[in-house]
Amino acid sequence: MIYLALAGVLFVIGLHGLFVARHLLRKILSLNVLSAAVFLLLVALAREADPLDAVPHAIVLTGIVVSVSATAVALVLLVRLSLPRRGEEEGPGKEGR
Amino acid sequence: MGALVLVFDGLLAAALIWLAWQATHTPGLFRAVISFIIFGLLMALAWVRLEAPDIALAEAAIGAGATGALLLSALGRLAVTDEAGTPWQERGDLYFWVPAGLALLGLLTLAAWQLPSPGLGEEVQASLAESGVENPVTAVLLNFRAFDTLLEIGVLLLATVAIWSLGRMPVPGVPAMTSPVLPALGRVLFPMFALVSVYLLWRGSHAPGGAFSAGAVMGAGGILTILAGAQPWLTGSAYGPWRILLSLGLAAMLGVALGVIALGQPFFAYPTDLAGPIVLLLELAAGLSIAMSLVALYLAGQPPASWNGESMRR
Repeated sequence: MIYLALAGVLFVIGLHGLFVARHLLRKILSLNVLSAAVFLLLVALAREADPLDAVPHAIVLTGIVVSVSATAVALVLLVRLSLPRRGEEEGPGKEGR
Repeated sequence: MGALVLVFDGLLAAALIWLAWQATHTPGLFRAVISFIIFGLLMALAWVRLEAPDIALAEAAIGAGATGALLLSALGRLAVTDEAGTPWQERGDLYFWVPAGLALLGLLTLAAWQLPSPGLGEEVQASLAESGVENPVTAVLLNFRAFDTLLEIGVLLLATVAIWSLGRMPVPGVPAMTSPVLPALGRVLFPMFALVSVYLLWRGSHAPGGAFSAGAVMGAGGILTILAGAQPWLTGSAYGPWRILLSLGLAAMLGVALGVIALGQPFFAYPTDLAGPIVLLLELAAGLSIAMSLVALYLAGQPPASWNGESMRR
């Protein structure tokens, strides 16, 4: 029961962070908190069942790997965005990326 | 005993909420990232309390370990490492957010309350004997719902391709270190990681473990090797062996899925007497692919054509 409530609170925190955060890295972190809340809800519900339901566990395992790949792509895009453009760095006339 | 467990759960929940708040709402990006890593570690504890040891293993290795490494390396590469002013946009809309948040929380609680508890546990137990493994989570992942896992390995490969296609990362991720001890240590430690991964992979057929945890541990070992400055053999050259390893998981799963059709079975339905070896084979392929993909994600771009040239240039 505690964990169901925890999932709800984490969901709200993550959603709020996602909407109001200024820095993009914050938004990525908030998104991860949000997904952790959803995973928690799934597994907490699975625990209520008798016998223990293995299907949500497997789905959450899949979800963790998918969220890591999404986070990695987002982080690389974020770093690329924050870098100075190649054209500005090396002066005009150079070929862009 | 019961009261003690309740206190532990309460403390864990309070710590998780506080860390999530730290990660998303308090000033300082570095502090936020560190809070998020600790959040991942405590989540692993919560998974153990929820009787999900498979997820706990994966969360500790992937959620806290690999994501933490990715976040820290991204933070190190950012041109501007701190945000201006408060991390929030405006505090004025607090009048909107507090009621809205409470209302959302109430609705979510109501919805979760009325959800029927998932009841596939008995079905999984009933057909566990035909799946070829004894661990129900592995059985679901690689036999009953293998199609989901196929798509997930596909997503991982897609993320790797997306990152690779952005070209080489202009800011190198390998710290310029002069110490000869670290690369040697990295090379010595890697076999340990490989040993643990093989153990986890083998264990996955009858106990918590399996391809995901094994791949994550192996990937963490690879990241550590790169961090220590040992030059890995993954290069951007056209015929690098690790391209094959990256797509091995997807190729093996697709091959099996289509191969059983030739044996007269439906798509992804293994013959019962061959299920055990097939699941083990798929786990091996998927684990290797997950490990290589995690290392590739950490490189954050196309790997250099040759690591020797790269380190000499610096």
